[in-house]
Amino acid sequence: MSLLSIKNLTMRFGGLTAVSDFNIELEKGQIVGLIGPNGSGKTTVFNVITGFYKPTEGHLYLDEKEITGLSPDRITALGLTRIFQNSRVFRNLTVYDNVLIGDHLRMKASPAEAVLRTPNYIRQEKQAYKLSMELLEGLGLDHLINEQAGELPYGLQRKLEVARALSTHPKVLLLDEPATGMTSEETTEMIQFILGVRKDFDLTILLIEHHMRVVMGICEQIMVLNYGETIATGNPKEIQNDQKVIDAYLGTG
Amino acid sequence: MKIELKRNTILTILAGIIVLVFSLWADKNLDAYVVRLMHMWGIYAIMVISFNLIYGFTGQFSMAHAGLAAIGAYVVGLFTLSPEIKATTFFITAPVWPINVVEWPLLPSLLLAGLLTAIIGFCIGAPALRLRGDYLLIVTFGFSEIIRLLLVNLPMICNGAMGLKGIPQYSNLTWTAGAVLVTVFVVKRLVDSSYGRALKCIREDDIAAEAVGVNLFKHKILAFTISAFFVGIAGGLLAEILGTIDPSTFKPYLTYAVVTMAVLGGVRSLTGGVIAAGVYTVMSEWLRGVEAPRTIFNISFPGVPGLRMLAFAIMLLLLILFARNGIMGTREFSWSWIFGKQNPREEKAEENNELA
Amino acid sequence: MDISLFLQFLINGVALGSLYALLAIGFTIVFGVVGLINIAHGDFFMMAAFLAMWGVMKYNLPWYISFAIATVITVLAGLLAEKIAYRPLRKMRTSSFIGAISISFLLQNLFVVLFTARSKPFPHPAFLDEVLHFGEIVLPVVNIVIVVFSAILFLALTLIVTKTNAGRAMRAVSKDLEAAQLMGVNPNKIISFAFILSTSFAAAGAFLYCSKFPYVDPFTGMIPGIKAFIGAVVGGIGSIPGAMVGGFTLGLAEIMLVAFLPTLTSYRDIFAYLVLILFLLFRPGGIFNVKVREEKV
Repeated sequence: MSLLSIKNLTMRFGGLTAVSDFNIELEKGQIVGLIGPNGSGKTTVFNVITGFYKPTEGHLYLDEKEITGLSPDRITALGLTRIFQNSRVFRNLTVYDNVLIGDHLRMKASPAEAVLRTPNYIRQEKQAYKLSMELLEGLGLDHLINEQAGELPYGLQRKLEVARALSTHPKVLLLDEPATGMTSEETTEMIQFILGVRKDFDLTILLIEHHMRVVMGICEQIMVLNYGETIATGNPKEIQNDQKVIDAYLGTG
Repeated sequence: MKIELKRNTILTILAGIIVLVFSLWADKNLDAYVVRLMHMWGIYAIMVISFNLIYGFTGQFSMAHAGLAAIGAYVVGLFTLSPEIKATTFFITAPVWPINVVEWPLLPSLLLAGLLTAIIGFCIGAPALRLRGDYLLIVTFGFSEIIRLLLVNLPMICNGAMGLKGIPQYSNLTWTAGAVLVTVFVVKRLVDSSYGRALKCIREDDIAAEAVGVNLFKHKILAFTISAFFVGIAGGLLAEILGTIDPSTFKPYLTYAVVTMAVLGGVRSLTGGVIAAGVYTVMSEWLRGVEAPRTIFNISFPGVPGLRMLAFAIMLLLLILFARNGIMGTREFSWSWIFGKQNPREEKAEENNELA
Repeated sequence: MDISLFLQFLINGVALGSLYALLAIGFTIVFGVVGLINIAHGDFFMMAAFLAMWGVMKYNLPWYISFAIATVITVLAGLLAEKIAYRPLRKMRTSSFIGAISISFLLQNLFVVLFTARSKPFPHPAFLDEVLHFGEIVLPVVNIVIVVFSAILFLALTLIVTKTNAGRAMRAVSKDLEAAQLMGVNPNKIISFAFILSTSFAAAGAFLYCSKFPYVDPFTGMIPGIKAFIGAVVGGIGSIPGAMVGGFTLGLAEIMLVAFLPTLTSYRDIFAYLVLILFLLFRPGGIFNVKVREEKV
């Protein structure tokens, strides 16, 4: 059974159909790419998967549990986390706090216990500190824990966002244009980084990307959207040679 | 339960004791006028800290303070007044049951004030917190006014526009000081905890917060309800101190005043809030002097009523334009300022969170 | 209730509705162009009334001159507030609302200092106090004047907004600031224009309102201001027709409430706030379902 299963997803806003009959079966460990010209509906698909929009039609399942219509925080708690296209670190919080927040959804102590600092609460907090520190060390950010997230250079902010996402212990990671604004070197690093993270954290990845080197380099499967419709599915080689895809990007007629 | 006694904890407990002891002494030995000012300082401090919790830390601009304080004030007033006084004071209609028979001592009345205000706060917050920015502001303002107008229009519950008189003054300065200490303790502990972190994330970027698993509604309503609880307590203490309350005490001006103080102190600083409340109380009194006619060097200056409020209005505008971070910005008082770092090895963890 | 009484209430409602509509328009114009809920709008209204009163009482100016000067000064004050408070806050990307709150606060207390908080009678042309009789129906002249004048102003506004360049530019900015800029619209000039229109309408509304309810004090502007705002929200904030309809409906509804449920009269302000809250919660776009600014995910 696939880890992330989406059936017949359709999203309409008033008279506009942004996504039409989108289907995907994401197997554990896969990296799948979602590509298409601007406005083809990719971000809308992400927004529906992560719970920010409720689909007009269709059903979504995460690890065989139905997540259609659940709120974003519930979906994250169930194991699906997204990293946004633009840097959305918590700017005025420290790097440490940015990662620690990922543990909060597992906090079992009540606010009253937090105020009273019961042993139960303290134990969980210490655990959160430990896990977050390990994550930061693994990503080479541990020397920056007290820095303000908003003051970090852009590349490190993006890394911090990954750390934050990993802190939520996701099974499925959604990456929204991770290579945006990166130089050629940074892009190569990013590719290695994604592959490494998948291995180390046992992840399944769905990503939106325009940068073809990234897409063709790491995606095992690619889905192509155009005007909300899925016009092609296949491995990189198949997609590169698909006439419909070429037409969509170059624009026919 | 193993209690770790670190230096900071001892200092904090000591400071709390000193404050309480001082308040006992001050109540008996200082001029009644000064004591009253200190009461006001404490009451405002509680209100400002509550506002900082919901706005400075959680990013939700609520303008409901006046209405919530009114609830706390009226609960204390109605529950502590004796049935005899109530029977004579209620001018238009006799008070309904249970108000006409109830007479409670201060502590349960105060707790009930906080509790009821928290409940009503919850009822207001549940719909209102779904909105953002200016809309949240307007809706909370609307609720605050509705509460005030209901107080005017329900004479059988609260004597309408006539208000309540002769509220027994059970509280002394130690009550107020104690309430401030409890408020600071609870809010600071909350803000420095995992939940506080969640609140700050909501403030920073609520969409990203949701994406990281933070349930927006649960946390916003948590902050709002706790904030309302303490505003209710402050309102109750206000009723005690003033002895007389009526709906006009709780016009929007009170909310504006709290906002002004919060901005003055720094909306993200509890220390700033306490300081600003003090500054405001003192300035308010000093300016009151300016409002009255006076004679200096045999030249008589006519009083200028309204100058006080005007000064605050100008101050608020100047603050917002030029000094948005207020006195303290985001800094909080810490024993480390005075006595140096507690334990250098623990510096990392401590700066982020006190696990003491 | 007999028909003549009903008609009187109706006319009263139409008059009050027109007044709220005038004020609501002022709110909505500013909101549409800069996204600011100018809570100080009611206080500019108060300011115009006070200045007009002062001109007549202190300097014995004829009422039309006093009204004209008061309008000019109020408009200038509005532009000043925009320049020193709202614009810097917009630049700082802070909520300008708190700026509006301070301006409101400031104006109210400035006028307390200048004129004391005591309420003063508003001088208006005597003929407005007269009353016409149509059979059993008693028709205050002031109501007629209000309705007629408001209609003229609405018409004038519609012409300005559809036929003049500035008006069209304003609507463009309301819809899409970036696109308007790309078309060569200078946002600051248009914003100033919007404030000029807004405060002029506040002033006009003030003179008409205070002719009907002839007592002014520094806090007179608060309640009509809030009601006007509610009207704008009900109609669809940002939409000028919305403001007209919403403000008008609110005024009419308020009088009808008094007419048919007189015991609930003192609750009318509460009802107004409830209407506001319900609309903001369930239909923030108002009657005309204006698009509400949404945060982009």
